[in-house]
Amino acid sequence: MTLTLGHFLTLGAMLFALAVVGIFLNRKNLIVLLMAIELMLLAVNTNFVAFSHYLGDMHGQVFVFFILTVAAAEAAIGLAILVLLFRNKTSINAEDLNTLKG
Amino acid sequence: MDVKTGFFYLFSLVLLYAAFRVITARNPVHAVLHLILAFSQAAGVWLLLKAEFLAITLVLVYLGAVMVLFLFVVMMLDIRIDTVRRGFWRHFPLAAFIGALVAFEMAAVLMTGFRGVEEPKAVAALVNAAGQALPYSNTQALGRLMYTEYLYPVEIAAVILLVAMISAIALTLRQRKDVKATDVPAQVRANAKERMVVVKMPVTQPAQPPVESAAEAPEKKA
Repeated sequence: MTLTLGHFLTLGAMLFALAVVGIFLNRKNLIVLLMAIELMLLAVNTNFVAFSHYLGDMHGQVFVFFILTVAAAEAAIGLAILVLLFRNKTSINAEDLNTLKG
Repeated sequence: MDVKTGFFYLFSLVLLYAAFRVITARNPVHAVLHLILAFSQAAGVWLLLKAEFLAITLVLVYLGAVMVLFLFVVMMLDIRIDTVRRGFWRHFPLAAFIGALVAFEMAAVLMTGFRGVEEPKAVAALVNAAGQALPYSNTQALGRLMYTEYLYPVEIAAVILLVAMISAIALTLRQRKDVKATDVPAQVRANAKERMVVVKMPVTQPAQPPVESAAEAPEKKA
């Protein structure tokens, strides 16, 4: 039994589904929400690398490089906003963020 | 089942277990540590896919920098777990159903659609100036592509990183009012002329204009 493209894509799908479940479960905990988003990006990147390997196209790996760049920038800014939020509200509960509620 | 398949299942199982622990861990520090485990297993899967440069980049950049940043922030914040965890399992049936549905549907489509793709296609070999094919190197192929065809996107990515760095610093920078730190630029700028100012004043005040009404006079004296 050899590894097919379907194996890697299924792994990516399961990882993505786990991250979706994580967003459902940790609706209040902002930092775990950020981690679930990182897991989603990892699943997408795994798909890109798998397609790149099995279809013999290097462009997919270049795209993974850019996704990693944007994900790092997103993590840095997201964590900075989180620190700012904690300084002002002393909690990271998403339900406390109701200032803009009309 | 060859060695490669065995490693694939090993990495996949540990990866999925770590991802599950990330979303269910009580302590956010444990969640970050399991996220590190998940990313390292993903790097292993990418190595199986012969993406060596990206796998090492994932370990160096993601585990070395981004996850440590996560860990710092989690340890810096004082998270009250009980309020955050309230109602955690309330939506679990719905979440588990949706997650299982997503995974099952995607797996069904992908396994039937891409099961036939077994043999990876070889990437077109690079040739040197003399027209001879070079031995394949993942890093070389990626670098060749990035610095020729994707030159402008690479520069835009660099600008994105710069903007992210500046914005992260600008967001979290603050001046504390309660510390008695010396203002170094003000001290450097000081010179002898401005240290002491001699104010010339006449010794005696000029005579006041005469009081207009008698009623206001006692008040002014008082």
